[in-house]
Amino acid sequence: MAVMVEAPAPQTAEVTDRAKHERRLGLMLSAPAFLVMVFVTAYPLLYAVVLSLYNYRLTDPEGREFVGLGNYATVLTDPVWWTDFSTTFLITVFSVAVELVLGFAFAFVMYRILRGRSVVRTAILIPYGIVTVVSAYIWKYAFQLDSGFINQWFGLGDFNFFGQRWSALFVIILSEIWKTTPFISLLLLAGLVQVPEELQEAARVDGATAWQRIKRVTLPNMKAAIMVALLFRTLDAWRIFDNPFIMTVGANKTETLSFLAYRQNVTLVNLGAGSAVSVLLFLTVVVIAFIFVKGFRTDLSQVRGDR
Amino acid sequence: MLSGPRSTRRRLAAFAALMLSASLLAGCGEDSGPPMLTWYINPDNGGQGRLADSCAAASNGGYRVDVQVLPNDASQQREQLVRRLAAQDSSIDLMSLDPPFVAEFANAGFLRPFDAGDVGTFTQGVLKGPLATAYWKDQLVAAPFWANTQLLWFRKSVVQAAGVDPAKTGFTWDEMIKAAESQNKVIGVQANRYEGYMVWINALVMSAGGEIIGNTEAGKDATPEIASPAGDTAARIIGGLSRSPAAPPAMLNAGEEEARSAFQGDRGAFMVNWPYVYSAAKEDVASGGIPQSVVDDIGWARYPQVTADQASRPPLGGINLAVGNFTKHPDQAVALVKCVTSLQNNIAYMLDSGNPAARGAAYDDPKVREAFPMADVIRTSINDAGPRPITPYYNDVSTSVQLTWHPSTEVEAPATPKESATFMSDVLQGKRLL
Repeated sequence: MAVMVEAPAPQTAEVTDRAKHERRLGLMLSAPAFLVMVFVTAYPLLYAVVLSLYNYRLTDPEGREFVGLGNYATVLTDPVWWTDFSTTFLITVFSVAVELVLGFAFAFVMYRILRGRSVVRTAILIPYGIVTVVSAYIWKYAFQLDSGFINQWFGLGDFNFFGQRWSALFVIILSEIWKTTPFISLLLLAGLVQVPEELQEAARVDGATAWQRIKRVTLPNMKAAIMVALLFRTLDAWRIFDNPFIMTVGANKTETLSFLAYRQNVTLVNLGAGSAVSVLLFLTVVVIAFIFVKGFRTDLSQVRGDR
Repeated sequence: MLSGPRSTRRRLAAFAALMLSASLLAGCGEDSGPPMLTWYINPDNGGQGRLADSCAAASNGGYRVDVQVLPNDASQQREQLVRRLAAQDSSIDLMSLDPPFVAEFANAGFLRPFDAGDVGTFTQGVLKGPLATAYWKDQLVAAPFWANTQLLWFRKSVVQAAGVDPAKTGFTWDEMIKAAESQNKVIGVQANRYEGYMVWINALVMSAGGEIIGNTEAGKDATPEIASPAGDTAARIIGGLSRSPAAPPAMLNAGEEEARSAFQGDRGAFMVNWPYVYSAAKEDVASGGIPQSVVDDIGWARYPQVTADQASRPPLGGINLAVGNFTKHPDQAVALVKCVTSLQNNIAYMLDSGNPAARGAAYDDPKVREAFPMADVIRTSINDAGPRPITPYYNDVSTSVQLTWHPSTEVEAPATPKESATFMSDVLQGKRLL
């Protein structure tokens, strides 16, 4: 993760020989891994950037033509891109917002529960253990007209959930929430455990109510954990592919940006425009990461535990 | 340590030796026997697998065949093959290919052209329709295996009441729509937003004497020709039927099966569809879905004409066989193609799977004539059929048409064909996304 790499915290003025030596050793030890990572991530990335400057079909090698930034102009002025952008945006915002609230609830339950702790934790984590494609099929079958039980349970008759945009997005977001709330609650639980018990006690002694303790003690101390959970889930949701692919195949304007990149690159083997879409998708991911890290001043080192 | 390091090590060594010898043995089997050809097929009733077995047996140890079944959906079949071939997968020795994809695959260098010496074997006696789909840039890159076409199916009782004869030459779409309207009946067509809709549009444009796109060898610089009098006629028929009382209620979502159920229903009068519908109707009788009287009432004729003075160009489907360009066993693969596409096997496959043969002589076989009472109509229809555009950008062309012509109730001449041509041209030139 590029976002995890950050400048070392400013040291005190005097750096001892021993510290210098250790730093050099650290650099040498991490250098091979760093080089491998550059090779496996930078090369494909650069290649995608190069490809995106061409009008190029895999199945029409002779028609390859340099178009400069033309593909980007095409993609950014095309309604397809913006529809997919809005779909991805809606899915991300709604699923992450609901997941954060639910995740907190679960994290508190997992933290506070005294009896049957392991059972509860396991039960909460089960959905996250299911492969996304499988969970996508489970939700698809549940809501489908012919095989689904949802319509029967709620007396919805012949309502076709996947027949129009909003209801289809509703199911997609719901399954996304079901699937990844455990992840967010796990990260929040990790943050929750880190809140010093002495602070809670001190607040209690001072006569703070439960709500005040949460607001003044727990949440501020969990800020880093919350931000990391939000960042990871936002990036994750932004790259959503499996659910729409299985449930609607992108019909009724439920196609997401990853799906668009897949369709251009793999289905249409339109490598030029496809690479442009991929690069733009990458840039949006960078922007999101930047906003979280800088905008919210997330101190990632806190989560690493080396305070 | 529970069992001691030595015994563990010994056990590991024994296991490793076992694995090694097993893999060596397997390797031996692979090398010493005849080459194993992998044939990627579209799903069928097992007929292609049986042909593979009989051809392998007939090769007298020349090759063995491993049949791999592709996904159900034609576009998924294409996607899987493209993905593998783009990575130069040498395990694809032979593939069953939908005709519209032949040009794209050949242009990308995925297909191994047949030697000039073999061309005769693969083309002689093959009907003109499928033959046209097997070439790319004057090179034979595929061998027609079986072909398919759509016929006009009608209910004899309705036709009689309306006083028309669909089997006579010159029967047009306009006459058909008028006849159905006069009896308050419907016409089954494929108008959902999918490939089947493209099949219908292409057949109408070609029957009107035009084509959807011209100069296809220029790749992305090909010229859309759908905005033409022929395209306008097609738009007039499709829009007209969609807005008329002769349109089935679920027309906008209708594929082959929906058209069939509309045709077999109480208000069914006409339908354009592939020949499988006849045996499917018989199966419906057997399962109690419809009475025998419905099947007895079904008649068939050649695809209706668009204009009274011009013969129709019926839709064309089927499967071509192509040899992968990265195969390690090209000679054996060609031998397998020869075996599978032989007249004798064409007949065997037609009887086994119900899919019409690509070689004309197959239709003279007594057993075929018995199983297919409409054999002659199918043969002439396949021979005169109009293929869908043969271009490496077929996917773009087809999707552009499907997007701009759906829903059919809003199709108007000349607006729709014009919009279609502009959109298609933009997509080909990389100015729009699909």
